[in-house]
Amino acid sequence: MTSRTERRGVSAALKQGQITPTELCQKCLSLIKKTKFLNAYITVSEEVALKQAEESEKRYKKGRSLGDLDGIPIAVKDNFSTSGIETTCASNMLKGYVPPYNATVVQKLLDQGAVLMGKTNLDEFAMGSGSTDGAFGPVKNPWSYSKQYREKRKQKPHGEKEDSDWLITGGSSGGSAAAVAAFTCFAALGSDTGGSTRNPAAHCGVVGFKPSYGLVSRHGLIPLVNSMDVPGILTRCVDDAAIVLGMLAGHDPKDSTTIQDPVKPFTLPTLTDVSKLCIGIPKEYLAPELSGEVRSFWSKAANLFESEGAKVIEVSLPHTSYSIVCYHVLCTSEVASNMARFDGLEYGHRCDINVSTEAMYAATRREGFNDVVRGRILAGNFFLLKENYENYFIKAQKVRRLIANDFVKVFNSGVDVLLTPTTLRGAAPYLEFIKEDNRTRSAEDDIFTQAVNMAGLPAVSVPVALSNLGLPIGLQFIGRAFCDQQLLKIAKWFEKQVQFPVIQLQELMDDGSSISEIEKLASVSLKH
Amino acid sequence: VLNRRCVEAAVMTGLALNCRINKKSLFDRKHYFYADLPAGYQITQQRLPIAVNGSLAYSVCVGKKPSRVITKTVRIKQIQLEQDSGKSLHDELRSQTLIDLNRAGVGLLEVVLEPDMSCGEEAATAVRELQLILQALGTSRANMAEGQLRVDANVSVHHPGEPLGVRTEVKNLNSAKFLAKAIDSEIERQIHELENGREILNETRSFDYKLGCTMPMRDKEGKQDYRFMPEPNLPPLLLYDTESLPPGADPQQVINIDWIRERLPELPSETRERLIQQYGILPEHSFALLNEVGLLEFFQNVIKETRAEPKKVTSWVLNIFLGFLKQQNLAVNESPVTPSALAELLNLLDRKAISSTAAKQVFEELWRSEGKTPSQIVSEKQLELMQDQEALERACHTVMEGHPQVVMDVKRGNPRAINKLIGLVRKATLSRADPTAIKEILERKLSP
Repeated sequence: MTSRTERRGVSAALKQGQITPTELCQKCLSLIKKTKFLNAYITVSEEVALKQAEESEKRYKKGRSLGDLDGIPIAVKDNFSTSGIETTCASNMLKGYVPPYNATVVQKLLDQGAVLMGKTNLDEFAMGSGSTDGAFGPVKNPWSYSKQYREKRKQKPHGEKEDSDWLITGGSSGGSAAAVAAFTCFAALGSDTGGSTRNPAAHCGVVGFKPSYGLVSRHGLIPLVNSMDVPGILTRCVDDAAIVLGMLAGHDPKDSTTIQDPVKPFTLPTLTDVSKLCIGIPKEYLAPELSGEVRSFWSKAANLFESEGAKVIEVSLPHTSYSIVCYHVLCTSEVASNMARFDGLEYGHRCDINVSTEAMYAATRREGFNDVVRGRILAGNFFLLKENYENYFIKAQKVRRLIANDFVKVFNSGVDVLLTPTTLRGAAPYLEFIKEDNRTRSAEDDIFTQAVNMAGLPAVSVPVALSNLGLPIGLQFIGRAFCDQQLLKIAKWFEKQVQFPVIQLQELMDDGSSISEIEKLASVSLKH
Repeated sequence: VLNRRCVEAAVMTGLALNCRINKKSLFDRKHYFYADLPAGYQITQQRLPIAVNGSLAYSVCVGKKPSRVITKTVRIKQIQLEQDSGKSLHDELRSQTLIDLNRAGVGLLEVVLEPDMSCGEEAATAVRELQLILQALGTSRANMAEGQLRVDANVSVHHPGEPLGVRTEVKNLNSAKFLAKAIDSEIERQIHELENGREILNETRSFDYKLGCTMPMRDKEGKQDYRFMPEPNLPPLLLYDTESLPPGADPQQVINIDWIRERLPELPSETRERLIQQYGILPEHSFALLNEVGLLEFFQNVIKETRAEPKKVTSWVLNIFLGFLKQQNLAVNESPVTPSALAELLNLLDRKAISSTAAKQVFEELWRSEGKTPSQIVSEKQLELMQDQEALERACHTVMEGHPQVVMDVKRGNPRAINKLIGLVRKATLSRADPTAIKEILERKLSP
């Protein structure tokens, strides 16, 4: 088993010529094909990727690589616009839609020489916490097929029944999380509105980072909730997330909500002494639905910090219980607004009805959107009606301010980061998960993550350990606004302490030898 | 993303209209579904617009010569920045609508006036003044026919002392003239309805040019709930003045209201005042000079090159020049006569090289045939005034001798008789004598 302590940065490997970008690209493409059953990708941009790899190779040959990301395979969630590559948001509404421009974050990655493997699957329009409600089908959690999980389940050998109890990835950036977890790329972009990057990261055993709102440009990210959305970063280790953040952060004139200050790429320093840190444990996050296992890991993590000299204190975020309702009102209101542009006239799906414009709108939107999306639009429009605006929208904005202030107060009292669970439990089997509707699940699963979006703070989910079932459990660190580096520094220390195991997927691959090679290579980070 | 030039234009317009500029203003989304609105919402400033509480002064001329000028004011409720939608072109024949999205998203300035005007002419005059102001500021060319300025009128009637009646909104007006007509016809219609016991519906009506009255518009339904919501992608717009400007602020990123105020160009009302002071012309002439695009510039260019008195120049520009333009439906910049040409002509007139009748002839010729200078035309047509005083005296003498009866009339005190003599002398001199000089000589000769 390859452990994380054995690092051989793939960036270094590329620079030293131990492997070429084209070889790396091809290996990842082959892995994508082998893991097709996971349904992590909606579009695999094979031609584009190979071309980019070829160009990267030329640069390396000349000794002129663009940086740490040059030649590195990445994947992008299918709600980011990619020029010339279909962008669907996993919705019938945008099936066949090919944007004429790249989202700023995509452009930045491409400018660094990254190789785009494809667009990953999600819940339709990023609404959901399972990656199960997209027009292209659900995403399967790679851990469903891991040795660790199968052993614990005392599984019968391969048969068709085996696949019927596969696990969800969490959502809505499930495709990106699965793509990273299955080694098909080194980093993936997700989006995070209420936890959509952190939730699947926890379920798939990868690092899911949500930057501070305003740090990374949203231009080209098809919006869900403009005031809460951020592009999220999914990687196999914290260092990699930091590298990607360094490339993406900074002011974008095309996004008026980004901060003005320029941001330079940075190397994450290694923290060795946590004795000066103060870790906050929000008492309201001790939810009754929290599984015993997660609670136990949370406790152990707190103890770990304490044993290493950090100050660990209980803090209070008193308005936590109102958070989910408040989020619901504000989220659906903005969704109703943002979805108004999908009318079938200019792009995307258009129905066949020609009777009148109104009839055309109605049919197009009914055909193009799934129930989840339509439900949120209706709810949002209700809250925005003149007679309801004051009581719902304005009230929710006020409550949002209170929630954000809760965090400010806590951070002002000397706390450096908060430590909380990311999810209530490990990944659920799909058949279990779909017993409740999307709205119920979202309300349950977003419980630890959405207050962070309301407050615009940075947060990261770090895989901690495997549950009794052999499934990944993640814990969340929440930092001060724009102290993303500090947050990642602490997360990196923690990651080193817990030594989360590498997923073992060999069983599924027929082709024995080359797999371990890929795995060995793919399981490492970008840098030393 | 907010366009800086739009914000500057809004501030300039707000200052020119005496508004209070809100140092903080907000953007909202106004939601409705329409084919020419691709986002399904329009970004506007419903909660807190960029400028409020201003005024627009306009002058109505009462009576003919001499006309009195009365100044009226209409209050400006607010000025707001918003997005334009696309353009719908209805193809009735094929039952389809073509949508042109080229202008969707372009910045607009909406100026909302209070209901302080009472008839079509007032509204049209106010709008014309607004056009002049916008043109002077450079914020818009404000041509209604080209859609650079779009005007909707809200019309209601009420008995004196009672509150304002139900209003209708009249759209589809592409000139100030039709604006006035539409308003007046709508006022008439409303009065007629009310007097016949019916009610006025709060509806949108379109002006029908052929029928000369307003008709209800099919497209717009009753009241819509626009579900206003703050625009999350545009932070509040903060403007500064010299006092509140943060130190070390990047001038590219901030707008200083005082800086803009100091650089405001001369507004039409100021220009008119200045013309009156500077050239001693009458207020109504000052008005007229500003009322035609390019006329003021033409006038000023003539003044620069001529020694003639401003009053003379004014008279020539407003009566003769403008008359010719209007007759042939030309704009000032299409005039075949250049300011230099007219200046030269006026110089000739001024030093009495030609008579005013001759001058008019020359002008006609200038208008018809480009390229010739006034001097050339004068010599070609031999229109020079007689400079020879003695010859003129002889001519007068000859006429007087030849018409003793008329001379008698003059001596008897008939005031018109002298004109007859002048006319005869002019005929005799082939109109090459200055009537004033003739008159002077005759009077001298006739006096005892």
